[in-house]
Amino acid sequence: MEAHQRERTGASPPASTTLLAVAFFLPPRFTPERVRYDRRYRKLDQYRFISWFLAAPLLIYALFVISPFVQAFFYSLTDWSGNSATYNFTGFDNYERLWNDDKFREALGNSVLLLVLAPLITLALGLFFAFMLNAGGRHRKNQAISGVFGSSFYKIVYFFPQVLSIAIVAVIWARIYSPRSGALNEGLGVVGLDSWRQEDWLGGDLAIWCVLAVLCWSFVGFYVVLFSAAMSAIPREIYEASLLDGAGRATTFFRITFPLTWETIRTGWIYMGIQALDAFALVNIMVPEHGMDVIPSYLYEKAIRDAQAGYATAIGVVLFLVTLVFSVLMMRLGRRDRIEF
Amino acid sequence: MSDTSEQKQGASGDRTGGVLNVFAHSFLVVWVFMAAAPLVWVVISSIRPHSDLVSEPFGLPTGFEWDNFTNAWTNADIGRYTLNSLIVLAGSLTGTMLLGSMAAYVLARFSFRGNRVIHTLFVGGMMFPVFLALVPLFFILNNFGLLNTRQGLIVVYIAYSLPFTIFFLVAFFRTLPTGVQEAATLDGASHTRTFFQIMMPMARPGLISIGIFNFLGQWNQFVLPRVLNVGSPDDAVLPQGLAALMVQQGYEGDWGALYAGVTMAMLPVLVVYVTFQRQVQSGLTAGAVR
Repeated sequence: MEAHQRERTGASPPASTTLLAVAFFLPPRFTPERVRYDRRYRKLDQYRFISWFLAAPLLIYALFVISPFVQAFFYSLTDWSGNSATYNFTGFDNYERLWNDDKFREALGNSVLLLVLAPLITLALGLFFAFMLNAGGRHRKNQAISGVFGSSFYKIVYFFPQVLSIAIVAVIWARIYSPRSGALNEGLGVVGLDSWRQEDWLGGDLAIWCVLAVLCWSFVGFYVVLFSAAMSAIPREIYEASLLDGAGRATTFFRITFPLTWETIRTGWIYMGIQALDAFALVNIMVPEHGMDVIPSYLYEKAIRDAQAGYATAIGVVLFLVTLVFSVLMMRLGRRDRIEF
Repeated sequence: MSDTSEQKQGASGDRTGGVLNVFAHSFLVVWVFMAAAPLVWVVISSIRPHSDLVSEPFGLPTGFEWDNFTNAWTNADIGRYTLNSLIVLAGSLTGTMLLGSMAAYVLARFSFRGNRVIHTLFVGGMMFPVFLALVPLFFILNNFGLLNTRQGLIVVYIAYSLPFTIFFLVAFFRTLPTGVQEAATLDGASHTRTFFQIMMPMARPGLISIGIFNFLGQWNQFVLPRVLNVGSPDDAVLPQGLAALMVQQGYEGDWGALYAGVTMAMLPVLVVYVTFQRQVQSGLTAGAVR
């Protein structure tokens, strides 16, 4: 039956180019038979599939991601308010204004502080706990290194903050820092540190440190799990060899574990830096207005409350540049030869 | 000679191991307390009456204050916010997974002009902070009439999840064997059919990881709805709703309802997480392995 069909259509002349073009826009099912047995059909079928499958994702991506990013750079050069359709091209005025804007400098300073300290603290704690989980166990027979008992339990609990919405985390900690009915002041009272109690944790200079603490708190578990996986991938023989050579725990960590997990640490560092540059939800929910700003929350205020869309996009461009410089710096500084094992 | 040195090493190894073990456990337990205590405090506080909460933030519950939960459910609309979140997520997660895997498959398995450019275009999106796009995005949605709508939120969630989804799945599709695909083509399966019936099932482990990653990322999303979904308080998604609830309970002075609301939002997620902890942990940490 099929052979018969093929014989019949094989004799027909090749499909015209117009027909091929039409077939490109038809589902395979409705492809005319003449096209189907054309020499060029295979190619057409493949390109049809490729373009159909890419069309929707590309369209959505171009409309809602690429186009706003490109527009942002343009609007940052205008005095657009966002409320009206008109705007003037003002060159680099917005950036000049940013340079002299004390509140922006403060926000930038806070963001940079988070960018430097949050990865440092979080990754150090993460590495420490991960090493304890993987190497803190009692020696069993003939084992150079062993994990502690119940390490998966520890990992489950440590990971709790990571699965919660950052909004939930922010609400919980806003209550903890609350001066009168909050857990922190109460806890300080219980352990006898009454002098450390604060009238206003989140309203003054302490706010940025409070945000830093919450940021680190919520990400430590993530890095314990990440580093723990990286550490358990290191072959045991390497530990055994180092132990035979008389290496202690500290040496083992700094000479073996740290260098062998460096790739993971570096990518984790960049990831944490990007998280620290965000911190919007924490500041927006926890810190009362005018208490303290980071770059994203300042951008939000300018764009939404003050109707200064052009100026806000300029802030966005600065945030992008900071992110870019940070990532490139980390990639360059931390480059080492990858160690295969 | 060799005997004694081995013994000595064994003994000293045991001793340091023991000391380190106690040391390790004590630090690990401290952080268990640090990580869990705030959450436990909220859960305990959620069943205490408001008057107790103010006078004594740390006390144990004397009874079970159901009112907190009914207040949070009815007055504060936690149920409504959850429903909003579920509706948005049903659309956005399906869309992200479908469009993401379609694009990733084509980019991973077919060579054509522009392949590299499109791949770079998608993956490059990970370099840009979402805040840069926020202001123009607001006006784009406004022009399309999608501002403050669920459809708008769904489309935006999909668009901003695509870069990492595609990056992750392209790498995953490349690892799958080519033989199966060729066999399917020889048997006369169309490209579409090969994709849905052969490649998708084969890519299941990767799809699950990235699915969990996207699920939690979109469920917990705060920035996008905070800017793009501000029409009516009734339309708020859960994270937004909780933030609003905190402000509201601050005025009303009823912290019990806030704790109950947070507990209701938190416990289901934690239960699901503990059940699937291995998948969730590997799915989420996939995000840092760029």
